[in-house]
Amino acid sequence: MSNLIKDNAIVADEWTRVIPPNLGEETVRKQAGKVVLFKLTGEETFSDEQIAATLIPAGKVLVPFTVWRANKDALANRVSQGEVGLLIATHEAIEDVIAEVKDINVFALVAVYVERFADGRIFTIGNLLRTRFGFKNELRAVGDVLRDQLFFLKRSGFNSYLIRADRNAQEALRSLTDFSEPYQGAVDIAQPAWRRTNR
Amino acid sequence: MYKYDAIDQQLVNERVAQYRDQTNRYLAGELSEEEFRPLRLQNGLYIQRQAPMLRIAVPYGMLSSKQLRKLGEIAKKYDKAYGHFSTRQNLQLNWPKLEDVPEILAELATVEMHAIQTSGNCIRNITTDQFAGVAPDEVIDPRTMAEVMRQWSTFHPEFALLPRKFKIAVSGTEQDRAIVQAHDIGMEFYVDAKGQTAIKVWVGGGLGRTPILGTVIREHLEWQHALTYCEAIIRVYNIHGRRDNAYKARIKILVKALGIEDFKQQVEAEWLHLKDNPNTITEAELARVGQHFESMPYETLPAHDSSFDSAIASNPAFAAWVKRCVHTHKQSGYRAVTLSLKPHGHAPGDITSEQMAVVADLADAYSFGELRASHEQNLILADVKLSDLLPLWEKARAAGLATPNIGLLTDIICCPGGDFCSLANAKSIPIAEAIQMQFDNLDYLHDIGDLELNISGCMNACGHHHVGHIGILGVDKDGSEWYQVTIGGKQGNDASIGSVIGPSFSADEMPGVVQRLIEVYIQERTPEERFIDTVRRIGVPPFKAHVYASKEAANV
Ligand code: HEM
Ligand code: SF4
Repeated sequence: MSNLIKDNAIVADEWTRVIPPNLGEETVRKQAGKVVLFKLTGEETFSDEQIAATLIPAGKVLVPFTVWRANKDALANRVSQGEVGLLIATHEAIEDVIAEVKDINVFALVAVYVERFADGRIFTIGNLLRTRFGFKNELRAVGDVLRDQLFFLKRSGFNSYLIRADRNAQEALRSLTDFSEPYQGAVDIAQPAWRRTNR
Repeated sequence: MYKYDAIDQQLVNERVAQYRDQTNRYLAGELSEEEFRPLRLQNGLYIQRQAPMLRIAVPYGMLSSKQLRKLGEIAKKYDKAYGHFSTRQNLQLNWPKLEDVPEILAELATVEMHAIQTSGNCIRNITTDQFAGVAPDEVIDPRTMAEVMRQWSTFHPEFALLPRKFKIAVSGTEQDRAIVQAHDIGMEFYVDAKGQTAIKVWVGGGLGRTPILGTVIREHLEWQHALTYCEAIIRVYNIHGRRDNAYKARIKILVKALGIEDFKQQVEAEWLHLKDNPNTITEAELARVGQHFESMPYETLPAHDSSFDSAIASNPAFAAWVKRCVHTHKQSGYRAVTLSLKPHGHAPGDITSEQMAVVADLADAYSFGELRASHEQNLILADVKLSDLLPLWEKARAAGLATPNIGLLTDIICCPGGDFCSLANAKSIPIAEAIQMQFDNLDYLHDIGDLELNISGCMNACGHHHVGHIGILGVDKDGSEWYQVTIGGKQGNDASIGSVIGPSFSADEMPGVVQRLIEVYIQERTPEERFIDTVRRIGVPPFKAHVYASKEAANV
């Protein structure tokens, strides 16, 4: 059974996630040395060798940003067919991604990968994609995605959620409606409670 | 004070249901320890040495008598019939059962209370001055804005999982009593040259392992933009704050690393996008919330009351209490009263269920049914008539709530320490108790005068030891408990961080060490000087010399 929630229902996942192969080398974990590297600190990034060795299958594929960037021209056609989704990791600077892709709406799907539940950068990234960069298509959370993030993810502009494989998506679905009248304006409901209703 | 409408109540009720479900999933083994952790933390539930510890939110310190009565009942029913008021204007229960917490939350919801975001890496309870609304030096009552910010920060989706906890303080007085400079964001309200409410915004303060006082990021912010500007700051922090090392994850570390100019530039750039979004506060919303904080229906009273004057003259114990525990008020004929939760020889900030009931009754009888918790861990009745002070004192005294030591050495700010907290290096409550017993002579205590003594059981600094005039910090040396002493710390507009006087001491030595610090002060002070002033004038060396001289002598 699928563990993908889209909008308010469980649906089949049509997308194949492309994962660069593990080449047996040490994982590269960037160390904090310079402030500008803060966001990379301790986070896994794919090496050039891994990216070069990545095979991209046919059909609808969800491709990591760095892999897409290395194969930009080769993938251009498939992008325009709506066959390519872009996978962004939470430590990747969203401004850099946008600068590289120009029009984010060429992708039928953008997914944000969160390595750990506690990594709340995903919320800001979702928010920016929707409110600043005008992304209109499917926005998906993948990785350590559990039921108790869903309400916040929804409010941050996501509309699909790939629940971690060992969890029940049916139950997770319920959390989308944990709260009926949120206080503050956010992506899904832009107006704060006091502008929506006569309090 | 603020009263819930249907939206507020529904949200809190839904939270109870949500948390009940989370607890059930955890107890059923569907949530791992690690997965349940951030969930319970966002609800103020720590697992500590003895038992779980539940932190209940007291937004900006305001409580009604009804709420306090309920807290007393809850402490009796689910805990050992006492609670602990913390330095963040919250109430902590030290012994509740994990399985009972959903029920406790359900009971809290009946009196418009909750434990939302009292812990965890999110925006915490917003704190302010305990004399908000009644202080004569108040420019703007910060509670309206604190409530607007409370609602905005509650389940703010973008900031639900920050790199680390995030504390905001607001203040609207000339003399800062909210320690805005020791918070992740400090909002200082003032009236600008055009007569408009404006905010001076501080960022990157915090105590803990790396004590840093905040820096001004904006001198002038129009009040309408309070929320969107905070969104800009917290957004920059959410993306760039470190997440690899919890000790370096607070915003203060980011601000220091980038430098305030660079940080400010990023915030301002972000704000250009956020400014004027729908979270921008309107006059109407400010007025809606503000009506809950309008002045109490005061009687018109003369500035003097003859019964009060004669009680002062004839009753020295009452006079001593008035001197320390009664504070000026903006309204003629009224006073604010601090009920001391620091009787000598007891854990600072602790209060029994029975005392809670007494305080609730006192609030009903003498102070419009409301009270406040202060970050100094005492309770305040903010609106008491002069003529009511004597009967109030008599009842408070009978309940052990009238120790005349507010602002004095024994009004110790103290964290739970090694008796309760699993992070502690050393116990803190027994040290506080021993010092209180050393200085149990009230005349001597009054002669020493204004002095703030703060104790933390480890460098997390829950007891704010860095800003204590005397600060005591529990340290671990080869597995045994030692105490490091700082002097010269201060909260307020001229805040400073204390300096370490030298090698640390054993628990037994501590009362004597404080005694010797006081001896130097008594010796050196000029007539107007408080302890802190003397330290600032003569510096650490004379204190150090005297403390360690006698230590060496004792060792011979
Ligand atoms: C017993 C359970 C407690 C635990 C496990 C605990 C844990 C911590 C930790 C880990 C920090 C440092 C966070 C950081 O710097 O990032 C901290 C800070 C703090 N805690 Fe506690 N705490 C406890 C109880 C209390 C109590 C009872 C109070 C109030 C009396 C309190 C008030 C504070 C304050 C004011 C800070 C902020 C210091 C700062 O600005 O960094 N805590 N606590
Ligand atoms: S200062 Fe340390 S010992 Fe005291 S409560 Fe905080 S974490 Fe625990």
